[in-house]
Amino acid sequence: MLESSKESLKLEAMKRVVGLIAKGKNASELFPAVVKNVANKNLELKKLVYVYLVRYAEEQQDLALLSISTFQRALKDPNQLIRASALRVLSSIRVPIIVPIMMLAIKEAASDLSPYVRKTAAHAIQKLYSLDADQKDHLIEVIEKLLKDKSTLVAGSVVMAFEEVCPDRIDLIHRNYRKLCNLLMDVEEWGQVVIISMLTRYARTQFISPWKEDGVFENSEKAFYESDEEKRKSAEETKPYAMDPDHRLLLRSTKPLLQSRNTAVVMSVAQLYWHLAPKHEVNIITKSLVRLLRSHREVQYIVLQNIATMSIQRKGMFEPFMKSFYVRSTDATHIKTLKLEILTNLANEANISTVLREFQTYVKSQDKAFAAATIQAIGRCATNISEITDTCLNGLVLLLSNRDETVVAESVVVIRKLLQTQPSEHSDIIKHMAKLFDNITVPMARASILWLIGEYCEHVPKIAPDVLRKMAKTFHNEEDIVKLQTVSLAAKLYLTNSKQTKLLTQYILNLGKYDQNYDIRDRTRFIRQLIVPSERGGALSKYARRILLAPKPAPVLQSAFKDRDRFQLGTLSHTLNSKATGYLELSDWPPMAPDQSVRNVEVAEAMKEWSPAVGKAKSSKSDDKFYSDSGEEEDEQAADSGSDEEGGSEGSTRTPVSLSSEAESENSETSEDSSQSEKSSDSGTGVKKTTTQKNKKLQQAKKPRKLVSVCDRVCVCVCQQLSSPVFVPVHTYELLHRMTGKGLAAQYHFSRQPCIYDDRMISVQLTFSNNGDHTLENIHISEKTSAGQNIHCFSPIECLEPEKSVTVSMGVDFNDSTQAASFQLCTKAEGFNVSIQPAVGELLLPVTMSEQDFSKEQVWGAVFAAKLVSSGALVLVCVVQKDSGAQLTVNTEKTIIGSMLLRELQTVLSQGS
Amino acid sequence: MIHSLFLINNAGDIFLEKHWKSVISRSVCDYFFEAQEKAMEPDNVPPVIRTPHHYLINIYRDKIFFVSVIQTEVPPLFVIEFLHRVAEMFQDYFGDCSEVAIKDNVVIVYELLEEMLDNGFPLATESNILKELIKPPTILRSMVNSITGSSNVGETLPTGQLSTVPWRRAGVKYTNNEAYFDVVEEIDAILDKSGTTVFAEIQGVIDACVKLSGMPDLTLSFMNPRLLDDVSFHPCVRFKRWESERVLSFIPPDGNFRLMSYHVNAQNLVAIPVYVRQNISFFESGSSGRLDITLGPKQTMGKTVECVVVTVHMPKVVLNANLTATQGNYTYDPVTKILVWDIGKLNQQKLPNLKGSLSLQSGAPKPEENPSLNIDLKIQQLAISGLKVNRLDMYGEKYKPFKGVKYVTKAGKFQTGKVVPKQSSRLLFDKTK
Repeated sequence: MLESSKESLKLEAMKRVVGLIAKGKNASELFPAVVKNVANKNLELKKLVYVYLVRYAEEQQDLALLSISTFQRALKDPNQLIRASALRVLSSIRVPIIVPIMMLAIKEAASDLSPYVRKTAAHAIQKLYSLDADQKDHLIEVIEKLLKDKSTLVAGSVVMAFEEVCPDRIDLIHRNYRKLCNLLMDVEEWGQVVIISMLTRYARTQFISPWKEDGVFENSEKAFYESDEEKRKSAEETKPYAMDPDHRLLLRSTKPLLQSRNTAVVMSVAQLYWHLAPKHEVNIITKSLVRLLRSHREVQYIVLQNIATMSIQRKGMFEPFMKSFYVRSTDATHIKTLKLEILTNLANEANISTVLREFQTYVKSQDKAFAAATIQAIGRCATNISEITDTCLNGLVLLLSNRDETVVAESVVVIRKLLQTQPSEHSDIIKHMAKLFDNITVPMARASILWLIGEYCEHVPKIAPDVLRKMAKTFHNEEDIVKLQTVSLAAKLYLTNSKQTKLLTQYILNLGKYDQNYDIRDRTRFIRQLIVPSERGGALSKYARRILLAPKPAPVLQSAFKDRDRFQLGTLSHTLNSKATGYLELSDWPPMAPDQSVRNVEVAEAMKEWSPAVGKAKSSKSDDKFYSDSGEEEDEQAADSGSDEEGGSEGSTRTPVSLSSEAESENSETSEDSSQSEKSSDSGTGVKKTTTQKNKKLQQAKKPRKLVSVCDRVCVCVCQQLSSPVFVPVHTYELLHRMTGKGLAAQYHFSRQPCIYDDRMISVQLTFSNNGDHTLENIHISEKTSAGQNIHCFSPIECLEPEKSVTVSMGVDFNDSTQAASFQLCTKAEGFNVSIQPAVGELLLPVTMSEQDFSKEQVWGAVFAAKLVSSGALVLVCVVQKDSGAQLTVNTEKTIIGSMLLRELQTVLSQGS
Repeated sequence: MIHSLFLINNAGDIFLEKHWKSVISRSVCDYFFEAQEKAMEPDNVPPVIRTPHHYLINIYRDKIFFVSVIQTEVPPLFVIEFLHRVAEMFQDYFGDCSEVAIKDNVVIVYELLEEMLDNGFPLATESNILKELIKPPTILRSMVNSITGSSNVGETLPTGQLSTVPWRRAGVKYTNNEAYFDVVEEIDAILDKSGTTVFAEIQGVIDACVKLSGMPDLTLSFMNPRLLDDVSFHPCVRFKRWESERVLSFIPPDGNFRLMSYHVNAQNLVAIPVYVRQNISFFESGSSGRLDITLGPKQTMGKTVECVVVTVHMPKVVLNANLTATQGNYTYDPVTKILVWDIGKLNQQKLPNLKGSLSLQSGAPKPEENPSLNIDLKIQQLAISGLKVNRLDMYGEKYKPFKGVKYVTKAGKFQTGKVVPKQSSRLLFDKTK
């Protein structure tokens, strides 16, 4: 049928072949017939052939090579789906000869326009690596390139490749760290898991431990975000550990993911907090973990295991949720045991009575293995909490009369362990157990009782010989373990009470001498030599008493999860409690903080890297990072105006960075002035700089400036020009006049930094000043009237003294329109309707574009690339120099924005001439 | 990551295998069978099994074991979650996730698995994207395909895959634009013999069925969002809006999806809709016992309690039951020892009662633990926590959608008759002894 000319027949045949593969039957003899169809036009048939090919190519390498050229052709297909699937199959064919072809294909796909193809390339990296590890160096290059990718689609896959190929090359992450943190929310769920676990490892090597002391942790950003007055005060008093802002960024960006529907994501965030967050912040993960317990049985199993480990170290975290760990009769056995474990860990003086009452019902469970486990748990509680040891003992003794044998046996064993801790007071229990001895048949329990009697024979001088007498009678019917204990008991009694037991001991030793089990014979011989002084005068017999009746330390009953915390939580190794293949150790915190500036992707540096080579676009993402930093700094300073000291210290930690970058950009040759002016205006130093460079360049104006461009492609930041053609360092607009505001005046300006609240928002800084004569209280935004525009309000200002002013920042999502965002600004007494009107340039964020992208567009001249903040649509502006003047083109999806931008640019440029 | 997947039925037959990397012999499943045998019941099979060279992570769902083979370290939850997604996807495509359905559609299953994982790493798990790539089977389509020769496989990359809203495809069109939301709440409770609540909590989910054209942007607000204590969302929900304003703002996926699941604040007292009087006793002499169960409505807020089913797991010694029910009917399965009493609607005037004798195995000791009752019930038009949807607004599209909200309360893990020793009669662990 495969040879048939009819497509439907071929398809039918292929379906049957795939059916065979699915059942695990061998269909390899069809290989030649199937491979012929690889170039078929029908997509479904093609896919099925791919499935077949991937399955059998390894076995039939020569024939598989025939299909390679088809894939190479498909890699150039205009349809991205076909390109991607060709790459997928090509890289899945495990034939060593084609490694160079694969390498080439991966390299090409890594710079493909479609993020989907790039994602496939990231997957292909791992495949190639597992096929031929020698390619590592080349692959790392590709990984490095893909790590820079800004698409959320690629991020997860490339980090996965990173983890597989070169998990130790942490230096590759530095530059992308902040980007990954910021993108995390938008990455698909599976990628999130991988990125989070990678970042956990990264953070453990790069930040210093936040757990230094158990006292209050200083945390300026938190103080800012929650405007938590108290924390700030205490922070000022104890001068202390300051968390690296990047560390904080990671914690902040992962927190919302606790609400994910994907249990794996929640778990990975939980482990991140567990391993990285300051102790007092870990508690936020509790609720989410408890929520996971509602999920499938298998999920419960893993989550409970992790909770068990956590609950050993930190009881307080889960104590309020104790009832969630109550066992239900329908739970599977391993779930029950885990819950029991957790309940035991959580037990303390305060809740022990509830826990014990709960345990009491479990003891009666029909699942006897579980009942036995419960008794052990009771034993553990009893040793951990000394107040209840007696109560537990009494309870356990009562259980001895239980009808079920396993329960009784388990109780005996546990009682034995408990008694060892404080034997003297409990001779009555020992007596009781001796009485029960006749009814108990479980060997372990019998052995335990014998041991107890032997060990504490002084407390029960009358009963002990009697028990021994009974044992002598039944000796030959006992299990080995009981026999051994009988011999020990005999020996001990002989030493303490030889008058009564001499003959009995002799008798038992004789029985033991001829036992079938050699262990028992050995033991008997040894004991005999030890206790019965022979004529050869064994040197040891002097010490017999000290050997046999030495005080023995009580056994420590501890959790099976005690040492599991050596593994990173949530990993396979943790579940198995042994190292799995490929487990990556979580390193300890470094004693000193490594250089944190490695993560700063500085503008100047980025310029160097991009401009001379590419010479056209500005690495916007990188300066995003830079600015977001300085933005925070500013915010902090603004918000912390009350506590100058702290703001100062915060600032001082970062100033060197920005200074150096400024200095560097001064030296840098190409088009640094635009960036610098942007920087200076952003940091509000008020240096008046002109960025009309582009015009000058275009008009070949002879201004006394270092016009040092290499070619006629210049890199300019247009948004700078647009918003402030007349140069003002920070252009402020009036929001509320003091007359209308009855003393309250408000001004706003666009800080032109990526908004910290949401990437779709534009950050706006508001400055309130009180020009009236009385204090204004509770200034806040109450009503957002404009539809479809999201506003992230600033936290209310509690009071504003006369003649004072305060700056706050807020985020507005303008939805990429210049429509004003209006809202009501309220004080305690009154409300004023105000609105913020953005200029078109404020809606743009500069972005980077690679050389390829531009050359594909065939765009030459002065180029600026930006994206709209809210929708993320690209805006491309290019200026082409013509003989007489210049041609200006604006490309964007949003026509309105495009035309507005064009109009404004035109005016500005013509003014410049 | 995920190396191979084996599907195994209850009888222990491997009826499907799929490898994403090199082929692993199915003999690796022997380790699984060993564990399965040891565990006795399918529920007790440990989810993670170690073998000398591989790790097996399995889930049990709809009478099928999904056994995945792992070679290197990977978060186990990652695999478990993925396997459940696979099972859900089968359910979505074929109506149910049974061995028969999978065998019938083996080619589609294979194509699906191929798309969902690449080299063991999840590629596309969003059902919208998959449905565009591989169309679900319908009778009509298979007929059309056989006539016209067109295929089940999408030719272009689904738009969702690239967009920032991967859960929604572009160009959705409906003649009737509708959005329905089901607020389903479950009460988990443990009551003791006298009817006092030992433990109770409410868990809820909001399932949505949204069939709206274009790219609607919905906002759902609640009358009393403070009730919600712990929430988890579909990725479409904007978390920032929820944090700041307590409204759900989202661009919905097309079709059925779970919008959110929540946990109701523990401080609020949980209203228990029914009460149970039960008396199950076994006589010391003679091999018999007596059973007497009565149910009645308690706090139902004026709504009728429906679909009431009582399930009792009897001790092993109970051979048979000879009972009479005043309402509904009962069955007793002597093999599994499960007594099921299907009552139906709960009547205020005439309380349903089940009464009669139990015959025990002669000579066996009387069971020491009285069995507990599991109760299943349903109340329409009521969310027991009192949660109410305030309004649903739509932005971004012009038309007026038809909107609806439905409330249902169900019993989750509702257990009564648990013997909890009382304060006064504490025998064992009395602290003040």
